Amino acid sequence: MEKGRYGVFGGQYIAETLMNEIIRLEDAYECYKNDKEFQKELEDLLNQYAGRPSLLYYAKNMTKDLGGARIYLKREDLNHTGSHKINNVLGQVLMAKKMGKTRVIAETGAGQHGVATATAAALLGLECEIFMGKEDTIRQALNVYRMELLGAKVHPVTSGTMTLKDAVNETMREWTNRVSDTHYVLGSVMGPHPFPMIVRDFQSIISLEAREQILEYEGKLPSAVLACVGGGSNAMGMFYHFIEDENVKLIGCEAAGKGVDTALHAATIAKGEVGIFHGMKSYFCQDENGQIAPVYSISAGLDYPGIGPEHANLYDSERATYVPVTDDEAVDAFEYLAKTEGIICAIESAHAVSYARKIAGKMRKDENIIICLSGRGDKDVAAIARYKGVKIDE
Amino acid sequence: MSRISSAFEHKKAFIGFLTAGDPTPSLTIEYILEMERAGADLIEIGIPFSDPTAEGVVIQDANIRALSKGMTPDGVFDIVASVRQVSNIPLVFLTYINPVFHYGYEKFFARCEELGVDGIIIPDMPYEERSELLPIATTHGVEVISLIAPTSRQRIQMIAKESSGFLYVVSSMGVTGVRSEINTDLAAMIDLIKAVTDIPCAIGFGINTTIQAKQMAKLADGVIVGSAIVKIIEKYGNHAHQALFEYVSSMKQAIREQ
Repeated sequence: MEKGRYGVFGGQYIAETLMNEIIRLEDAYECYKNDKEFQKELEDLLNQYAGRPSLLYYAKNMTKDLGGARIYLKREDLNHTGSHKINNVLGQVLMAKKMGKTRVIAETGAGQHGVATATAAALLGLECEIFMGKEDTIRQALNVYRMELLGAKVHPVTSGTMTLKDAVNETMREWTNRVSDTHYVLGSVMGPHPFPMIVRDFQSIISLEAREQILEYEGKLPSAVLACVGGGSNAMGMFYHFIEDENVKLIGCEAAGKGVDTALHAATIAKGEVGIFHGMKSYFCQDENGQIAPVYSISAGLDYPGIGPEHANLYDSERATYVPVTDDEAVDAFEYLAKTEGIICAIESAHAVSYARKIAGKMRKDENIIICLSGRGDKDVAAIARYKGVKIDE
Repeated sequence: MSRISSAFEHKKAFIGFLTAGDPTPSLTIEYILEMERAGADLIEIGIPFSDPTAEGVVIQDANIRALSKGMTPDGVFDIVASVRQVSNIPLVFLTYINPVFHYGYEKFFARCEELGVDGIIIPDMPYEERSELLPIATTHGVEVISLIAPTSRQRIQMIAKESSGFLYVVSSMGVTGVRSEINTDLAAMIDLIKAVTDIPCAIGFGINTTIQAKQMAKLADGVIVGSAIVKIIEKYGNHAHQALFEYVSSMKQAIREQ
């Protein structure tokens, strides 16, 4: 496969101003990837600081309730900062520091990636600035304050739809403005090469661990692994080491918002078309003139009009399937998991839980499935209460 | 000689940019002709895009205004058709890769050829990615304009050697928008370019005053002004004719005097 391409997808569609920097980044990454000292340092951070390996938890009550496949949850919600985002961020910020950068910038949707970046920057002593859609700073006000506590400066983005897509636009603009001392910690398996590869590699620890854990617990591979998909970083991490295992179904759960037949969704695979945006060729929600469409989801972390290029290729090659899950279904699953297993998961992750509820009961009892629980739901509690019309004093 | 080359023949070129459909398609036509009358040598027409990541706030807002009034690539082609009925001024599109990809490269460039669009600038399509459309554009006689940035360093000569039309030399880091100072060592960049090609170089990003225009014209073969023009259109709306004429005349005069 051509460098930086996944089938026809991927590439480096960015401003000339950034080209030398991403070439340099690719060279640096190839060097650190094989550097034992770097890998040891990262492993120590992941194990001693972030709390890896994460648990593979057997969801006994849920399994019993649904009456089919044995259900396991890969507990990325238990990582430090509360989501899988820390896996990628520790890798990138450590690399940035070694490259001589003194400042990191990042976009964030739900705020999880922003919090993780601010955390790693605080730990490793780098300046940090986060770009977040103004709409999202309201939906996720607590995470804004969390980032500020960690010493980051948060810029509310008021252009466009004021959500994740616009936060990415603004972070890219800032990177072209100041690239020599600044690394852009891209939060998902998207953007120009080498980002989709770097982020996937750092997130692939999820499936590396999960594959070993399930073999230890069950003595066999799962029938399916499920993960929610916005840009697709936790899904890529969850899928990666299972790609060669042809009998393991890979299922990505997209945000269908109010429904894929309404205008209010973020279901890129279900409703998008091939396009070129944010540095990559992939699938995007767009209109008949190639304008990027405004998208919607209850989940700020899935509220993105594109999907990473490796996912686009997994879809085209029929290795993975992508299914839409609505707001209502995700909120149901959010409540279900809380009541059944005593776990309040992120509303993003609840999209994957929801689809597991649909399929687990139809599977044999000797089968097992793994759901990636990408994050914890503390950040969502207030928004879910509002959604349900419950008045709470935050 | 191509229309683009003629813009630089025996003179320093003034290149004016506006966003198609801002404030209306018919005024875009009038403003293009007004700039030509004031001495502009080449016009860059922006095909609006929802997410113009290389643009500062002024041109971002113009994109939003144009799109909210329903401007489409076909609408921009209609504008070009009208301009071409009365003018032979070199016309170059500036847009992002997705609207062109979505339209279909073959169909898009065939339409450009048919209507007399001379070139295209795509800020999110660097040297490495242009092979997917370059042969198609070339077949239809549309020149793909390359950009060179302050960070391009060892890439400058690689890009310059294979450039066509003119070279768009980006004056500063960051996005488009007026700047009070331009600190890049543009003379050194242009020396590197001129060592490998005699293609004209035009400097853009940040230029808005006559003093800047004069300085830039000393260094290069042309000066590109975008945000300052879009700002005038934003300020005067439907009645920007005279202000545009005066501004472009003064800039052209400054370039002549260098």
